[in-house]
Amino acid sequence: MRPLSVVVRTGCDLFAWFLIVFGANVIIHGDVTPGGGFQGGAVAATFITLLLVAYGGKKVFSWVRPGIFNGMLIFGLMAFFLLGLMGFPNSFFYNFIAVPHEVVQATGHGVIPPSGTIALMDIAVGIEVAGALSIIVLSMFRGIRLFREGPMEEESGHDR
Amino acid sequence: MKKIIFIVAAIIVGAMVVGAVDSIRPFGEPGASPMDDYFIASALKDRSSENVVTSIVFDYRGFDTIGEAAVLFTALCAITALFREGRKKL
Repeated sequence: MRPLSVVVRTGCDLFAWFLIVFGANVIIHGDVTPGGGFQGGAVAATFITLLLVAYGGKKVFSWVRPGIFNGMLIFGLMAFFLLGLMGFPNSFFYNFIAVPHEVVQATGHGVIPPSGTIALMDIAVGIEVAGALSIIVLSMFRGIRLFREGPMEEESGHDR
Repeated sequence: MKKIIFIVAAIIVGAMVVGAVDSIRPFGEPGASPMDDYFIASALKDRSSENVVTSIVFDYRGFDTIGEAAVLFTALCAITALFREGRKKL
């Protein structure tokens, strides 16, 4: 696809970063507000979709390396699995760093969230889902041209 | 003949559906709720997680969530295998 008109690109410049911020907000506050890793990751993966629609494939593929999203996927999956594995003297997925609510109310929050592995797994799953959905969007965009007949030199756009 | 059979079957199935809907418990009064009561009572007290849904998804039923992550990973593998690059470059 060719890049769309300057109106769309300016709108993308204005609003694309808010998607990342909102996705990170939903992921990080997954244990206290509605939302969580899956939902926030999906919101954050909308960023790459908006860039693809507004700027076209050539520019976006020159900006990003798909290996980054691969790394996000593997890191999130491994962190999630290892956090589940670390509670093993008790059971699989035992919440080993949770602090009871009375203690939190008496002493205040620390660096690690008081809900323990819930918040950490939220972050891990959010990173994983953001990477996975970005890879899906990018590879589907790349796969469009496999099923189209005719010459491939000219990228098609519908805006001008 | 076919129409008669269809009408009789529709009446029977409709009566069964009406009977099933009639015997649903009213909203907010589940039949047995010790599990729900335990989750609601202890999600904030033990795990200090204000969002009970997240505490169920990532703590009490974490094994279910690892299955969801596996589903996502499988879908990713299938899509990348389906749309992998052929001879034509970008």
